[in-house]
Amino acid sequence: MSEVVEKVKAPSEPLFSKKNRKLVTDPLSDNNPITIQVLGICSALAITVQVEQAVVMSAAVFFVLALGNVVISTLRNLIPGRIRIIVQLVVVASLVIIVNQVLMAYLPDVSAKLSVFVGLIITNCIIMGRFEAFAMANKPWPSFMDAVGNASGYAIILIIVAVVRELLGSGSLFGIPILGSPIPVEGYPNGTGLFDMGYMNNNLMVLPPMALIVVGVIIWIQRGRNKKLIESH
Amino acid sequence: MKINKDNTGYIFLFAGTLIGVVAIILSFLSTSLAPTIAKNNEIKKQMDLLESIGIESTRTNAKELFKQYIGANPSYVINSKGEPIEGEAFNIDIRTQHRDRALTEADKKFPLFLATKDGQTLYIVPVVGKGLWGPVWGYISLKEDKRTIHGVSYDHLGETPGLGAEIKQKFFTDRYVGEHVADENLNYNEIIVVKDGSGGKPLKVDGITGGTITSKGVEEMVNRTMAIYLNYLKTI
Repeated sequence: MSEVVEKVKAPSEPLFSKKNRKLVTDPLSDNNPITIQVLGICSALAITVQVEQAVVMSAAVFFVLALGNVVISTLRNLIPGRIRIIVQLVVVASLVIIVNQVLMAYLPDVSAKLSVFVGLIITNCIIMGRFEAFAMANKPWPSFMDAVGNASGYAIILIIVAVVRELLGSGSLFGIPILGSPIPVEGYPNGTGLFDMGYMNNNLMVLPPMALIVVGVIIWIQRGRNKKLIESH
Repeated sequence: MKINKDNTGYIFLFAGTLIGVVAIILSFLSTSLAPTIAKNNEIKKQMDLLESIGIESTRTNAKELFKQYIGANPSYVINSKGEPIEGEAFNIDIRTQHRDRALTEADKKFPLFLATKDGQTLYIVPVVGKGLWGPVWGYISLKEDKRTIHGVSYDHLGETPGLGAEIKQKFFTDRYVGEHVADENLNYNEIIVVKDGSGGKPLKVDGITGGTITSKGVEEMVNRTMAIYLNYLKTI
């Protein structure tokens, strides 16, 4: 009987261990990049007028952050500390350009929607923030999980704000008139649906300050309800 | 082997390698995708031209429809005084011309397309101007009388979604339909974008709330361009 030599593997963490799962769930609420870390506010403000734009932006950030976190994390032991910010910037910028070029060639209509955001993605502080705070110090897989969590946390807030703003500002969601349309058609001089009864859009909702106010309200509700976030003095 | 990451030589080596790798990837991608992107842009242009005469098209059937409605007709190129000059209308990129500050108005080329729809001849005039964040452009088709707007398609590069970007929506372009860019003798009329809700009256178009600068940019480009084309339209 031959002896079977069992190879002893170093105990590795399972892919979806509790710690890794926490990387995804934490940024959704307790450590949300927008409402708690207050990062990525500029893009939250700029593109939440319509839900569709918010979804496209969230998807783009998700992709760039996930790929970027993995790249930075793979290179983390090679990147010289003194030029690390420049290296991070190069990685984000190249990824965004690659994504945009590929979309331009194969999905030109999506690219036309995204073109506005290319600059906004590169300068999104969430991306640089996660590279610097997480990917530089962790292995690729946890970094990927961290990216998934943060991008989702970002997406949730973006979409909530966009739903509020589009519904109250334009009376529609995804461009579909939910509350009716303010554009007069034959027989309805004031518009259709609620507008026919005298309802009017809140134009302030469409303007940038309202995004900050909506984000502020979300932070208020979240801090009021989540005991972990209540600061003791 | 332990790398000394603070060594100046290493920093230069790392930076150099990174730049090299990124440059190779990006230039390879750019050159290999360029033909596909150019083809996409050409189809987009055909779709926009078709939209201005009121024909919906998709990326798959645009080429065919373009051939049917516009491609079979002659197209012209004129200069800023409205005189015909040599050139291939479809290949003129008015957006590049508009961006090029070294180019004077006299050097610019203005393409004019003719289309046939339901037995009528339509004149398609490309327009380009300045929005709030970047260029705005579009195509305006005129009816056989050369002065009534038959249809409009506008587009933009980076106007604010929900505000200025709404110029490409049908509700805004429809406001231009039926307006007269000239009187019966083809003397040029100005179409103004208004804020006071008086749009719908002759020569007045309602602007977009929150998109005033973009709306004004559209007004400026339409009036400036039409003034040039009418010089030519009078003569044919």
